Amino acid sequence: MTVLLSTIALGLVLALVGYGVYLSFRVLQVPDLTVDGSFTLGAATAAALMLAGWDPFTATAIAALAGALAGLGTAVMATRLGIEGILAGILSMTALYSINLRVMGRSNLGLVGVATIFSPADALVRRLAGGPEVVLWGQAVPSDVVAQALTALVAVLAVAGILWWFLRTELGSALRAGGDNPRMIRALGVSHEWLVTLGLMLGNALVAVGGAAFAQLNAFADASMGIGIVVIGLASVIIGRALVGQAAALPVLLASVLVGSVLFRMLVAIAIRTGLEPNDLRMITAVVVLIVLVVPGLFTRLTGSTIISLRTKGGPRAAA
Amino acid sequence: MLRLEAVSKTFFPGTPGEVRALRSVDLELAAGSWTIVIGTNGSGKSTLQGAVAGAFTPDAGRIWIDDVEVTGQPEHARARWIGRVFQDPFAGSAPSLTVAENLALAERRGQRRGLRQLIRAGSRARWHGALAEIGLGLESRLDDPIGLLSGGQRQAITLVMASLARPRLLLLDEHTAALDPRSAELVIGLTRRIIERDGLTALMVTHSMAQAAALGDRLIAMHRGRPWLDVQGSAKRAWRAERLHELFSEMRREDRFDDATVGIVVPAYR
Repeated sequence: MTVLLSTIALGLVLALVGYGVYLSFRVLQVPDLTVDGSFTLGAATAAALMLAGWDPFTATAIAALAGALAGLGTAVMATRLGIEGILAGILSMTALYSINLRVMGRSNLGLVGVATIFSPADALVRRLAGGPEVVLWGQAVPSDVVAQALTALVAVLAVAGILWWFLRTELGSALRAGGDNPRMIRALGVSHEWLVTLGLMLGNALVAVGGAAFAQLNAFADASMGIGIVVIGLASVIIGRALVGQAAALPVLLASVLVGSVLFRMLVAIAIRTGLEPNDLRMITAVVVLIVLVVPGLFTRLTGSTIISLRTKGGPRAAA
Repeated sequence: MLRLEAVSKTFFPGTPGEVRALRSVDLELAAGSWTIVIGTNGSGKSTLQGAVAGAFTPDAGRIWIDDVEVTGQPEHARARWIGRVFQDPFAGSAPSLTVAENLALAERRGQRRGLRQLIRAGSRARWHGALAEIGLGLESRLDDPIGLLSGGQRQAITLVMASLARPRLLLLDEHTAALDPRSAELVIGLTRRIIERDGLTALMVTHSMAQAAALGDRLIAMHRGRPWLDVQGSAKRAWRAERLHELFSEMRREDRFDDATVGIVVPAYR
């Protein structure tokens, strides 16, 4: 039970990264590799501030701003300096590695014993349970694990709700249309460059919050913790989409990212239980993403019926 | 309404592939006029539209819309005056958004996009009416992703979208060239109704001699980056489709020589 709950908590925290990646890769259709750097930037910023005595919520909010700035950097390179989106992201990611070391002052920071965003929920759970353990379905679970899962759930649902609201506003709809068809949105009077800037800033702010929450969940921040995180975020998005199909409505798509992220963590947990080591994690990630990308296509080829194809970028456009 | 003064544009300058797409073009469109532009491939007819829409900044010359100079303005800044329909029927709408969302985005063309909900109560009845006018039953598909519709249906909706926030200038760039004959006919009928109903100023590029002869009140034939023929009123009506085909044969004969050859050969025979 404890393992299950902490897996869920981790999945929910990484769903924040999933939403950031969803904004850049899916909505905006810009493959943004800044994510690997902005995840660590969020963790480093929040950890450094908290060790300096800042309140964990303020520290996490500032981490979000730092992430937005990282996204802005990539956007400026991509839209004003005419650098290919992927390369702009790689440049940001590379520069951020050094920036993160500067922010932390060394290659890792420990957060053991520091109050985190999970602490208020922990205090609440302890008070309700009358002790440091909660009995769930007959098993004792430490209160901090319950608190982590609850806090992460509330945070992720709030982010999903805000995105659902935002993506249906005039601005948010322009963002979706801009990813779909840059030419059309220009002809309607919106600068595509501005939309890319906005999307990359929002996306990386979410990723940085994910990094800050991840650091607080695991009580450390490390300069190399972001390596490969973009693929983990992408895995949530891709698994979610495999579940609901290409043409699903917006709220379903948003929910699918959350479910995809938790499901992915469970797959990883199972893989580790079967004898693989945590060091194999990124190999597992890559293989899972590969399987989810390839299987629907194979299924179509073997049975002749279409379920969903994930390899066609843009979906409805290709179908049109 | 629209005024171009000595507008020039050369693509790939200084390379063997250099194309002098516009050569010092002067053009003035009166408000409420409907100008048809025809021309052979590479004559500059699409470049002319691009210059007006702001797809690029001309190498020389100036452009005004309603006495506002727009020469250096990017495409999205000019959009407040200009409604556009492209040759590619999928280019004018966002496939994963619904028909209603596409219409709502177009309704706010050139305006600030804020944090109000895009689809608001009261707009649906208006769109319902606008779509019913097309006559394809699209008014029942307001909540479908527009990517599910056919090219002809999407082009018809794009045309409605371009006219929703009443444009000062409507740019139609071979907007029926990629459609099947039935859809093309439908879109042309709709074009005529919308332009006449709203009294729009329109600049329409077409590949079809039949359309060029039947539509509009002014006809410009582009050739080698300049207007070669520019007629209006009764003089325009005298240009039937057959006569336009003859004009085309003549322009194509010259096209067989490249720029340099014409430069050497033609003066030598004068």
